[in-house]
Amino acid sequence: MRSAFIRAITALAERDERVHLIVGDLGFGVVENFAQRFPKQFLNAGVAEQNMTGVAAGMALSGKIAFTYSIANFPILRCLEQIRNDVCYHRANVKIVAVGGGLAYGSLGSTHHATEDIAIMRALPRMVVVAPGDPMEAEAATEAIASHSGPCYLRLGRAGEASVHQEKIDFQLGKAIQVRDGKDFTLVSTGGLLETAVQLAEYFRHTGLRARVLSMHTVKPIDSDAILAAARETRAIFTLEEHSLIGGLGGAVAEVLAEAGTPGTVFKKFGLPSEFSSVIGTQEYIRAKYGLSVVALTAAIRSTLKNEPTFSVTTAG
Amino acid sequence: MADLKEKNSISGTALTACDASLIARDIRLRSARMIYRAKSSHIGSAFSMADLLAVLYTKTLRIDPNRPDWPERDRFVLSKGHACAPLYAVLAMRGFFPEDWLDDFYQDGARLAGHATHVGVPGVEVSTGSLGHGLPIACGMALVGKRDGCEYRVFTLLSDGECDEGSVWEAALFAPHHGLDNLIVIIDYNKIQSLGTVKEVLDLEPLAAKWRAFGWEVREIDGHNVREIDEVLTELPIQIGKPTCIISHTTKGKGVSFMEDKLLWHYRSPDRDEMVRALAELEGEQ
Repeated sequence: MRSAFIRAITALAERDERVHLIVGDLGFGVVENFAQRFPKQFLNAGVAEQNMTGVAAGMALSGKIAFTYSIANFPILRCLEQIRNDVCYHRANVKIVAVGGGLAYGSLGSTHHATEDIAIMRALPRMVVVAPGDPMEAEAATEAIASHSGPCYLRLGRAGEASVHQEKIDFQLGKAIQVRDGKDFTLVSTGGLLETAVQLAEYFRHTGLRARVLSMHTVKPIDSDAILAAARETRAIFTLEEHSLIGGLGGAVAEVLAEAGTPGTVFKKFGLPSEFSSVIGTQEYIRAKYGLSVVALTAAIRSTLKNEPTFSVTTAG
Repeated sequence: MADLKEKNSISGTALTACDASLIARDIRLRSARMIYRAKSSHIGSAFSMADLLAVLYTKTLRIDPNRPDWPERDRFVLSKGHACAPLYAVLAMRGFFPEDWLDDFYQDGARLAGHATHVGVPGVEVSTGSLGHGLPIACGMALVGKRDGCEYRVFTLLSDGECDEGSVWEAALFAPHHGLDNLIVIIDYNKIQSLGTVKEVLDLEPLAAKWRAFGWEVREIDGHNVREIDEVLTELPIQIGKPTCIISHTTKGKGVSFMEDKLLWHYRSPDRDEMVRALAELEGEQ
């Protein structure tokens, strides 16, 4: 996703000189080409995220489209008040880009796990929150937020994720992409768990259950229509996110369902408990520890569905 | 009273020091009435910066009240957003908006909030109120000015207590590194912050040496001497390639004897009797 972002912002900078990339002294081996090609549209603000964000707001208020870029929590939590007051309140055209969303930097420890970012960003007025599911979505998301006038948060994974989409996608902010259709239950994922969602759908297809897969790349504004359609047309909704179970995708979907009143819809959130990781390890390792591996999710979904009399769950062949 | 609306050329350079002093007095009078009616705070912080605003808004800033968004305008960012009453006052005096907007400052349904707010208020560049935000934003504006070859300058007024904020020093590193000589920081150094004197709370000294060490061109002035203020603001940039930091030595509550240099007047709102005495002193001033 990181490479896709750089590719997209390079193309944007080439055709629009308002586009600026501002980094917090991070992006080694990633941003150098951009810096060389567009020295007047690049800025290394140093290890000073509060100033970086204020500077970005000042640049945006002077007509620029300012992307701030750093890893995990640094570009959001360290400078949260600058984002709220300087960026959101002024409707400044600032795009905050965090690489290493979720557990991407697993082994680096809890300081580097961005696992409450969606909830926090989602609570800010005017903020658009986007967590693309694969490199193709990341590239499209970068272009989409550049075209949107106002504050955006782009949560990227790391480098080298698999491409989930095989064909060209129709990416629109606030509109989920249906990756698989199905009538039995719906898997709604945001960010890098999209690949897992597709793998789960494949697995359940062999058991005779058809899962709809929605890539909810934009968590705010949430695509209520897609969620309510899933509630009407399928019998269960599961959300998947590499994020705290408080306030993220699952929370956003739950809010839509609860307010609309969708009796009979089975609903369950999969994500991280509100705690710091108790284990050290890679993204895959920590995911497994918290039940976000394909194996663990398969079992959890099967067990939820088993308790529902309307489902007939067989063993995969 | 000097009528500032007649001076609505882009920069009112014709004003004399005497005019500026009268305007400072009018800013104080308006601020006092606003704060009294609103029963709000920060009258001491308003008074300490009144002379600075008088010179800035009559002589220094290249601004046009008829075109508040004029791209080539000088930017003024009030970073000490709690002391917004005198800013609103001087903006109204310059004709950015009607004077009667000042009447219900801070009250239910008013147009003017209790901290500097840009929404619907022509002439307020940036909303502030949380300290340490103005200078980074001003840096961003100045950087764009430099990169795009614009003529505008960016002024930002900080309080002394505000210099406790780490973000101020992040920006203090940033501006000289990028050679932002179109950026001017003014520190209203009235030596009193919220709960005590600056010396007691978190000593800033040696303040000038700190800014100098960070790479700024520093000047120290008497922030109540309009001639001195005008002189330093006329020679900008003091040094090409370097941002300017003007440490303005001021007195909290300046202009009303019983408020001067008193911690109490950071938060206290004058009662009726105090207001009568304050207005009498201010109106008696020449």
